[in-house]
Amino acid sequence: MTAVNSSKRPIYLDYQATTPCDPRVVDKMVPWFTEKFGNPHSRNHAFGWEAEEAVELAREQVGAIIGADAKEIIFTSGATESNNLAIKGVAHFYRGKKDHIVTVVTEHKCVLDTCRHLEQEGFSVTYLPVRPNGLIDLAELEAAVTDRTALVSVMAANNEIGVIQPLAEIGALCRRKGAFFHTDCAQAVGKMPLDVNAMNIDLMSISGHKIYGPKGIGALYVRRRPRVRLVPLINGGGQERGMRSGTLPTPLCIGIGEACAIAKAEMEAEAERLRSLRDRLLAGIQAKLPEVYVNGDMENRLPGNLNLSFAFVEGEGLMMGVKDLAVSSGSACTSASLEPSYVLRALGLEAEMAHTSLRFGLGRFTTEAEIDYAINHIVEAVNHLRSMSPLWEMHQDGVDIKSVQWAEH
Amino acid sequence: MSYSDKVIDHYENPRNVGSFGKDDKSVGTGLVGAPACGDVMKLQIKVSPEGIIEDAKFKTFGCGSAIASSSLVTEWVKGKTLDEAAQIKNTDIAQELALPPVKIHCSVLAEDAIKAAVADYKKKTEPGDAAAE
Repeated sequence: MTAVNSSKRPIYLDYQATTPCDPRVVDKMVPWFTEKFGNPHSRNHAFGWEAEEAVELAREQVGAIIGADAKEIIFTSGATESNNLAIKGVAHFYRGKKDHIVTVVTEHKCVLDTCRHLEQEGFSVTYLPVRPNGLIDLAELEAAVTDRTALVSVMAANNEIGVIQPLAEIGALCRRKGAFFHTDCAQAVGKMPLDVNAMNIDLMSISGHKIYGPKGIGALYVRRRPRVRLVPLINGGGQERGMRSGTLPTPLCIGIGEACAIAKAEMEAEAERLRSLRDRLLAGIQAKLPEVYVNGDMENRLPGNLNLSFAFVEGEGLMMGVKDLAVSSGSACTSASLEPSYVLRALGLEAEMAHTSLRFGLGRFTTEAEIDYAINHIVEAVNHLRSMSPLWEMHQDGVDIKSVQWAEH
Repeated sequence: MSYSDKVIDHYENPRNVGSFGKDDKSVGTGLVGAPACGDVMKLQIKVSPEGIIEDAKFKTFGCGSAIASSSLVTEWVKGKTLDEAAQIKNTDIAQELALPPVKIHCSVLAEDAIKAAVADYKKKTEPGDAAAE
């Protein structure tokens, strides 16, 4: 292994876990911590008025990036709360008339766990499988949605494998069948064009820190016409149209608003740049290493995501080998466990291949020089580990790993 | 997860990586673990006619702790008799490498690999085996 300058920080390639705040966003936020500290709900004086005006501008900026009216944007603490509010809120409001939810096995844990919770309350939930490329089968969705279905919740872009579900088709199907369509767009906003009207989206979860905004804020789009109604999770002063009480965190609202405005202005050029860097990373690795496989569809995919299986090397061992890179094996939320990623297993990947995967997340501050460095670093680490992998040795000797009787432990 | 300095040392400078010929009568091979579980260790011992382990080699598919555990035991078994080698306990390995609780299974696997290699050698050299040297 090459000696590594340990004082140097690793190259950040984990933009699906979180992103740094854009300095332009921070600049906009700073005054709202100190001199402009008013409560946006204070109606009696100038401190409140200026804060309210700024928060409403931020609301417009968030709405604009998804083609929504500002009045349809509810600020929350993040995408996890937005997903909870959308799913539990709709389920609880329409309980009695409807008791069924449809979602997908590869959704984020906060959607799946919310659905499990509702099952304990007596709702029934259908978890749609995905095809080997990570996309759902629309015919299976069609069959799953009944007149008892209150909500269909399908994420736009997957956090691990970056695949993009056919939102417009799903939206049209839900509208036709009379079920609300919620989509977790934490990974998608600002990365790809989204339009709540063209796509017939009724509820959409948005995250601040995935789009170079601050952590601790997100938003939920809630359609007004036809109106979607929710039972709130948090009761109180009735802020956010009664759907989410609590004083708005003015600096964070301004941060997510500015982050959306920047993303909207730069999205097209940035997507092109990231796609080219991502393709450079993949081509560079595959030119130098055999037996490297892409997980998830390459066509319908976030431009900044790459998820690779490096056959015959174990992912956690590989992460230790690529210590100059900040990457993820499995998702950050589940990497504390030793189980292979449930998303990769849902694609039908064998457990041994799921164990060999790394996720690369490229973003706004990723450079070509970093990608070239990453390619060499990965190739070196994989070669080092393969040289000490008994599975690679067996593969080289022509032994089929699957034909071996392994003692599962 | 942060690894101990000893784990990092064994990971970056693994001792005795490689393979002996499986058909060599003086070699015992232990292959333990499973790819689906994320750990496979191959440990080989080369035994003298006097029953002393003269050399050892390993190859491991797994995390840093699994690689370090198997690298460490190749050092430990050298110079030992078969019975002495089979006495090595996973707790000794875990303690030497300061493995955290979630990585104890790596040391267990390394202990299993030693036992499997010793058993394989003994099986090969059982009396009555016509092919014995």
